[in-house]
Amino acid sequence: MIFKDRKVGKFFVASISIIATTCAANFVVAADRSDEQLMPILSYREGAYASGSRPLWAGMIDYYRYVNEVEGGINGVKLNLWECETAYAVERGIECYERFKNGIDGSPVAIFSPNSYPLAEALIETTVRDKIPHFNLNYGRDAATNGSVFPYYFPVMLNAYNGVSAQINYIKSQLKAGETMADLKIAIVYLDGAYGRGVFAPLELMQEQNGFELIKIPVAHPGLDQRAQWQQIRRAKVDWVLFRTWGAMTPVAIKTAARTGFPTDRLIGDIWSGGESDVIPAGEAGIGYTAITTYPAGTDFSLIQEIKKNIVDKGLSDLRGPEDFGTVYYNSGVVQAVLMTEAIREGMNKFGNRPLSGEEGQWGLEHISVDQNRLEELGMVGLMQEISLSCSDHEGGGAARMLQWDGQKWLTISDWIAGDRELTRQVVDTEAAAFAADNGITPRDCP
Amino acid sequence: MKTGDKNLVAEFGRFKISERFIKTIYLFTILILLFFVIPLYTSEYWMRAIIMPTLILGLAGLGLNLLFGYAGQASLGTAAFMAVGAFVAFNLMYRIEWLPLPIAYLGGGVAAGLAGLLFGLPSLRIKGFYLIASTLTAQFLSIWFFTNFGWFYNYNPSLTISATNWVIFGIDFSSPKGRYWIVVFTTTVLTWFAYNIVHSKTGRNWMAVRDMDTAAAVIGVPVVRAKLSVFFVSSFICGIAGILWAFAYLGAIDATGFSLDKSFQLLFIIIIGGLGSIYGSYIGSAFIILTPILLNILTKNTGLDQIIDQAFLSNMQKVLFGALIIFLLIRQPEGVMRIISLWWIRLIKRQKSN
Repeated sequence: MIFKDRKVGKFFVASISIIATTCAANFVVAADRSDEQLMPILSYREGAYASGSRPLWAGMIDYYRYVNEVEGGINGVKLNLWECETAYAVERGIECYERFKNGIDGSPVAIFSPNSYPLAEALIETTVRDKIPHFNLNYGRDAATNGSVFPYYFPVMLNAYNGVSAQINYIKSQLKAGETMADLKIAIVYLDGAYGRGVFAPLELMQEQNGFELIKIPVAHPGLDQRAQWQQIRRAKVDWVLFRTWGAMTPVAIKTAARTGFPTDRLIGDIWSGGESDVIPAGEAGIGYTAITTYPAGTDFSLIQEIKKNIVDKGLSDLRGPEDFGTVYYNSGVVQAVLMTEAIREGMNKFGNRPLSGEEGQWGLEHISVDQNRLEELGMVGLMQEISLSCSDHEGGGAARMLQWDGQKWLTISDWIAGDRELTRQVVDTEAAAFAADNGITPRDCP
Repeated sequence: MKTGDKNLVAEFGRFKISERFIKTIYLFTILILLFFVIPLYTSEYWMRAIIMPTLILGLAGLGLNLLFGYAGQASLGTAAFMAVGAFVAFNLMYRIEWLPLPIAYLGGGVAAGLAGLLFGLPSLRIKGFYLIASTLTAQFLSIWFFTNFGWFYNYNPSLTISATNWVIFGIDFSSPKGRYWIVVFTTTVLTWFAYNIVHSKTGRNWMAVRDMDTAAAVIGVPVVRAKLSVFFVSSFICGIAGILWAFAYLGAIDATGFSLDKSFQLLFIIIIGGLGSIYGSYIGSAFIILTPILLNILTKNTGLDQIIDQAFLSNMQKVLFGALIIFLLIRQPEGVMRIISLWWIRLIKRQKSN
């Protein structure tokens, strides 16, 4: 050894051996998997947002395993699951994307799911260049609902605009006799950032249409002290409060509302403030809290029962604890996985039963069509709405159900409440046109 | 071997090889690798996912290193200055369409430099932890500022900014390779600039201020000018790094992308790489970016992920990463760059004594 200093020598040897092991490990497992479809799972099991998301990964992985184990893959094509940790950091996510975009061991990727809003935004250009669609369940840029401007961006199921519209429509359905929307004062408590402010444009249109008074209450991240905000709500004698919150600020809002004497059942959470992790920390104060959802909690749906029988009970599940099973986020993972596999199935109908490329996956996504019959076949009646995507419509659903927390579990208290899609589409198209103009995009023709 | 020539390392007949010569060869090899071999002969993964973030964070680290490592002014506002650079450059590009791209970048850098100057003013009166608090203000202020004044992000509903111009002298640089070349070129130029400035009188003044500012003032070093100039130069480099990070690497970013976490990350980069070392900034950034990826690939390829729970692995990687940092810093508190240079010195000495 040329090193006189043993310290330096050891360091050198250690780094060489790490590199050597990596290379060797690469050779050991490099098997040909070109007959499988790559399904990257970008999870964040560490970092600031890890705690609430645990059931989400379990739901996704369990359904993919269900497809592999029980159905023998999609039309015989097995799913090759690859998990990549992002810690919810954009740069880690980009590394994962670059690692997967040309496939792994010959197994190509058809649809990429960023599982993070900032990552989805960062991928806008790259995915168009690489022709890989990215699938965002209930998040992402709302303007991307317009598929002719955003061909590879899919904010599927319920964009924020129809989410807030469904919240307003729920309030409409709860009007007392003789009361009109114009008599109401509605406050929106929102995360002060793109996530919260994004819904103002459609909300203001609804305000014009219905004549209610709108009060905007910003909460800065992380929002662990909201006394000032709720005092303001109490002084203004608000009738209903809409939430557009995320993370730890939701239970804090619920608790503070209860402390200021605001009726809990007049708080309406949005899609990302309606999970178990949003209410359990609020304790007693959370009883009666309502929220919209596109994937109600519960274990009675027949697909969830099938997963229980074939995956969970056989010890194949990714669940970290039995209490996660059938929660809102577990079911959300299942719904996401179902939609991804449905898109691939649609693509296979056209391109043949083989692993699909990104371009073919995009075609499949734009032809997702889940009607009542298909919902029954899938065993998802009540768990998912009818949904069909197209070239111009990358959202496809636009309805939500109401959940109410009873202190132990979420109860589903309404049928599907549709958002006002015509109204929200106006905002979508205005924003999409502005984006196209700024970035020199010629919108493609959609039939 | 001629006596008296300290730099001489080896002699092959008529060829005399000096230490400086070897260093130049190394430098050119690295530059050829960066400019040609990586973009032309490796996959996009290496270019986009590994080299680009390493270079950009290394550049931002270099900016912080000038401030903290060379001039001793502690700062937690690095990401804020990156944000100023990115947002100002975006507005220059978007609102003044005829403006050449390099000018827009320079404009963003200068704006960041001026912001740095402003938040550097307290450094004339306060030091150490108190100065950290003052630069922390810049950090929080910038996020608040760039989320609340819609003009800066052109009232985009997602609050993000993205590049609208990639044309330099009529050539379109919007492809991944084009962006990569912009990053490599800018990084090389700024590193060269930083190298020269720390070896100039200005750089010596900074180091004098770092070592003891009262003594520096006594021997006639212009302390005020040294402190303000280092804040300007450091923030200028951070601003340019912010532009590259936002547009060339990520593509789109909002103000929260330049959060306190990023400032801390950059601080770790220079502590690991080596305070007061130009190349150390890049070594530290490579360490921070590559280790998690290496650990992730290692666990997947050795099949560990089939046996052990994924959540446990993810968190173990973080623990391992932390342990590695502690181990490194105990072994060599002056950072990885110091280890490398010690190794280098030993190697050269051995050669010389032969």
